[in-house]
Amino acid sequence: MVVPLYHILAFAGLLFTIGVVGVLFRRNAIIVFMSVEIMLNAVNLAFVAFSRYHGNVNGQVFVFFIMTLAAAEVAVGLAIIVSLFRNLRTSDISEIRLMKH
Amino acid sequence: MSWSDLNSTLPELALAVTALILLILEVVKEPPRAQFAWTALGGIALALVLEFALPIEGQFYNGMIALDHFSRFLNVIFMITAAGAVLIAVPYLRKSLEERGEYYALLLFATIGMMFMAKAHDLTILFLGLELLSIPLYILVGFYRHRVRSNEASLKYLLLGAFSTGFFLFGIALLYGSTGATHYDAIRQAIVSDGQLSPAMTLAGFGLLLVGFAFKVALVPFHMYAPDVYEGAPTAITAFLSTGPKVAGFAAFLKVIITSFAVTTQHWWGIVWVLAALTMTVGNVTAIRQDNLKRMLAFSSVAHAGYLAVAVLVGTYDSAFGMMFYLAVYAVTTLGAFGVVALIEGEEETSLEIDGYRGLARRSPFLAAIFTLAMVSLAGFPPTAGFLGKYFVFSAAVDTGNTWNIWLVVIAILNSLISVYYYLRPVVAMYMQEPADETPLPMSRVAVPVFLVLVLIVLGFGIFPMMLVKSGVAAAGSLF
Repeated sequence: MVVPLYHILAFAGLLFTIGVVGVLFRRNAIIVFMSVEIMLNAVNLAFVAFSRYHGNVNGQVFVFFIMTLAAAEVAVGLAIIVSLFRNLRTSDISEIRLMKH
Repeated sequence: MSWSDLNSTLPELALAVTALILLILEVVKEPPRAQFAWTALGGIALALVLEFALPIEGQFYNGMIALDHFSRFLNVIFMITAAGAVLIAVPYLRKSLEERGEYYALLLFATIGMMFMAKAHDLTILFLGLELLSIPLYILVGFYRHRVRSNEASLKYLLLGAFSTGFFLFGIALLYGSTGATHYDAIRQAIVSDGQLSPAMTLAGFGLLLVGFAFKVALVPFHMYAPDVYEGAPTAITAFLSTGPKVAGFAAFLKVIITSFAVTTQHWWGIVWVLAALTMTVGNVTAIRQDNLKRMLAFSSVAHAGYLAVAVLVGTYDSAFGMMFYLAVYAVTTLGAFGVVALIEGEEETSLEIDGYRGLARRSPFLAAIFTLAMVSLAGFPPTAGFLGKYFVFSAAVDTGNTWNIWLVVIAILNSLISVYYYLRPVVAMYMQEPADETPLPMSRVAVPVFLVLVLIVLGFGIFPMMLVKSGVAAAGSLF
């Protein structure tokens, strides 16, 4: 049985929305970061689905690039969160407000 | 892949090798470490020479990379910006004893990213360039890892940058899904010949791509991170951050719109119109209230993004040329302005408030004069190049004869008038008020070339613009 394209797209859209909502409403920097990763994985899913639909490999190649990017971003991101935690003893983004708005 | 493919990316390769050498030097070398900056500058000079040794026309790597006058024009801007950022960083980092090799290496990696964004002719390369630009910048913004403000700015930039990357990528995914391609020309082909899966999906994809770009170039309402990030970052990085990525973002934005989406203009011009009007108004009105120079210049750069969005919206040959001219002048001027702020700044980020600029003309006449010139050019007075940049962009919009475009220009000119107030405030403070202490400001000679280039471009191209106009016209011409 072949899963239709639009089912996969709906699922990717749902995952993406979950990621966006997570970024907007969670206050812990690490959870916000994980939500971004969910968004990226939703994109990966969409790419793979489209790639199979169109029968060309571009989309799957793109997925490799996105995975590499996500790994690099996590490495940098966690380092930044750790150095902030060392200075402030918190990773709650609503408490990190030194600059006036 | 063939040799000609490899040749087409030689400047980037030269920069990458230099960056790797810097990383090795950082481990091997004992202080003093002045050589780092010279190594980086050497790499940039080599890349500049290679850029001009390259063939000027052609597509490489299966059409993913396009060399033309457009990419060359922008790459030269990027390399000048990078060299300026290196020169400003030398005295700046010395103040805080943080002079380290990875600083320059990351700067070079970010520059490579910008260069790929200008050369990209495929969304894959555009995305890679964008990330190669962004990730080193996340680190550089947080380079002072013992300062909480630097940490905070870095975290904000990272979270919002990654968030916007998500939108950007989902946009690309939808475009790929709808058109079956990521190549700029192939996307246009699919749209023109109606080979799309669904036009609505193409538009949704373009909309998400627009959100991603709007974040990167800080268009209102996606600008919220910009002032905080610019303020918290080390000033030498703010100088780079407010020029390079903005120029690269706008250049890529313009190229994507003109090569792939020009036929769909009627569907999205309203959104870009509102974004442009909002961006310049909010940027200028908020800048008036800032006493911190770094924050003021941050909002000023938001306002300039609004003016540049006008050029993207109009999308004609003339407006593309105006944008090229504007970008070149804007990059050098803003870099110089932040350079002055970086040099005046004391240890531990003091004298960033406008009070710290009182009587500067007596303490350091050279810096005061340069800063005044930069402010006058950003405000757009003749005979500076800043005036010409605005003139070219706005007149291209008026020439279309479209009523909405003309109204946008009216808003833009009103905004330019508002901006005169806050651009002249530091000038008044520097020349007409008494300094708190009269001691002359020590001045590093290393950064002087940056300011000389600023004078050359702002006044030289303001009075004799033909040379820049010619290259700008050639650059714009290769988009059409």
